[in-house]
Amino acid sequence: MKSTAAPAGTALDVAAVRRDFPLLARTAHGHPLVYLDSANTTQKPEAVIRASDRFYREQNANIHRSTYRLSEEATAAYEGARETVRRFVNARSTREIVFTRGTTESINLLATSFGQAFVKAGDEILITGMEHHSNIVPWQLLCERTGAKLRVIPLDDRGDLILDDLGRLLTERTKLVGVVHVSNALGTINPVKALIGYAHGKGVPVLLDGAQSIPHLGVDVAALDCDFLAFSGHKVYGPTGIGVLYGKESWLSKMPPYQGGGDMIASVSFEKTTYAELPAKFEAGTGNLAGAVALGTALDYVTGLGLPRIAAHEKDLLSYATARLSEIPGLRIIGTAREKASVVSFVLGDIHPHDVGTILDQEGICIRTGHHCAQPVMTRYDLPATARASFGLYNTREEVDALAAGLRKVLEVFGA
Amino acid sequence: MTALTDLYQEVILDHNKSPRNFRALEGATHSGIGHNPLCGDQLTLYVVVDGGVIREIGFQGKGCAISKASASLMTEAVKGKTTEEAEALFTRFHDLLTGPPDVKTDAKSFGKLAVFSGVREFPVRVKCATLAWHTLHSALAGGGAAASTE
Repeated sequence: MKSTAAPAGTALDVAAVRRDFPLLARTAHGHPLVYLDSANTTQKPEAVIRASDRFYREQNANIHRSTYRLSEEATAAYEGARETVRRFVNARSTREIVFTRGTTESINLLATSFGQAFVKAGDEILITGMEHHSNIVPWQLLCERTGAKLRVIPLDDRGDLILDDLGRLLTERTKLVGVVHVSNALGTINPVKALIGYAHGKGVPVLLDGAQSIPHLGVDVAALDCDFLAFSGHKVYGPTGIGVLYGKESWLSKMPPYQGGGDMIASVSFEKTTYAELPAKFEAGTGNLAGAVALGTALDYVTGLGLPRIAAHEKDLLSYATARLSEIPGLRIIGTAREKASVVSFVLGDIHPHDVGTILDQEGICIRTGHHCAQPVMTRYDLPATARASFGLYNTREEVDALAAGLRKVLEVFGA
Repeated sequence: MTALTDLYQEVILDHNKSPRNFRALEGATHSGIGHNPLCGDQLTLYVVVDGGVIREIGFQGKGCAISKASASLMTEAVKGKTTEEAEALFTRFHDLLTGPPDVKTDAKSFGKLAVFSGVREFPVRVKCATLAWHTLHSALAGGGAAASTE
C-alpha cells in the first residue's frame, strides 16, 4: 500500500524499491526484518553491491600511478565517482571533492588542516548543541592543541536552535562555524541557509555536517554557499569506509595536507617535498577505491529515484509514525522541531530504551537505542538515552504499524 | 517469546520497579562508580566492609531493567558475605552469563541470581547484568583509598 501525498504517478514505488535491497528480504528471530535504523546506517541496493563486486572482479588496480590499461580503467572509475559526487552536491569542480573514510574523518581532516592554517589561541569555533560527537570532539582536540575556545549555540525544548544570541556567540574571534544540517538524535532540520548567510556577513566560513541530510534532502553547496560539507557513504545507501569532504577551492588551496604519504605529493626529496594539486593533496595513501566507485553508484541510485520523491515518501512516514507513536500510552517524542527529517526519538514511560530495543528486536524490529553519539543532546533533555526509529526510502507504513505493535508488546512485558 | 520471558522474569521486573538497598550509605568504607558508556547506564555503589565482611551495601543510579535489577539482587546476595566470597560469586555469576548455552550450569546454586541465566541468550545485554558486579569489584579493590560518602 502506497501512502505518499505526492500526486499520482510520481510517488515512490516502495514495493519495487524494496526489491532492490536484498537484505530486506531476510528475517530476524522468525519475523520479517523491520529495519528502522537508517540514520545509523542504511541498507545497500543490489546496484551498489554489484558495483563494489565488479570493481574487484574487473577493474581493480591502483590508481594514478601506473601506465597500464587496467590502472587507467580503475582511475577512470574512481575519478568518475568523484564527478558523480560533484554533480550530486553541485560543486564547481572535482578539485573540491576529497574522498575520506567518512564524515568523522572529513571533520578531523578539516579541524586539523584548517586549524593549523587559521586557528590560534584566543580564537573561537562555534558549533551547536545538537552536534554528533564527530562534530564536537575534533574541535575540542583542536582547542586543546591551540588554546582556542569552543562555543555552542543552545537548543530550545522542541529541539530548535536558539538563534537570538547569535550576535554574541559569533564574533570577530570566531574562525569557523560547524553546524549539523539534520540532527541524528532529534531529526531537526536546521535553518542552515540563514545561518551561513549570517556567518558570511561576518566573514566566517561554515562547515555543514551533511551526514543525515545528504540521504533525505540532498545538499546543494552552491545554493547554500557552505564553505565545507562532510558526509558518509554508508548513510546514503553506499558502502562503509568511504565519505566526502567538500571544500571551496579558495579554502582548500590555503590548507596544509592532513596526512603525508603516497599520492599526495608532487615531488619528494629529503630537503623539500612539494604537494600535489587538489584534491590529491588531501588523499594520502591508497583509499577505498571500490568504496568510492560504489558510492558513486549509490548517489546515482538516489538521483534515479529522485530526491523530491524520496523526501515526500519519508515525510509521509514521519507524520504517520508521529501520529501512531503518539497514541501509545506513556510515549514521549523527544525532538519536535518545526522542520524535521524522518527521525523519531522517543522514551516510553520509565522503561529504559535498551529494554525497549531488546523486546522490539525479538519482533524483528531494528531501532537504535542509546545516546546516538550525541551525549550533550541527552544531557540537554536530562535523559540517559532514547529509543530512535529512523526511516529511509525503503520503509513503509506497515513497518510503522509493526513498530507501534511492538511498543505495545513492550508495555505488556513491563506490565505497564 | 521464550527467550524474552526468560530475560524479563517477574523477579527482574520487580527489582527494576522496586530496587532493594537503593540508597546512599553514610559511613561507607568503599564506594565505586560504574558506567556503561554504550548504554548510558550509571550507578554508584556504597559498601560498608568490617572485618572482611560486607555488612551494608547500597546503590543509586540510572539504568535499564537488567542493570538495575542486577544491582538490586547483587546487594541482597553479597550482604553478609566476606569480600572473597563476593568476588568468587562474581566469577561464577559471570560464567553463568557468558558460558555457552549448551553447558549446564547449576542455576540452583545461585539462588535468586539464577534469574539472570536468560541473559546468556542476549550477549549485548551481558554488560548490563554485570555492571554492578564490576563496580563492586573495583570498589573493593579501591580499598581504604576509595572515596567515602562523608
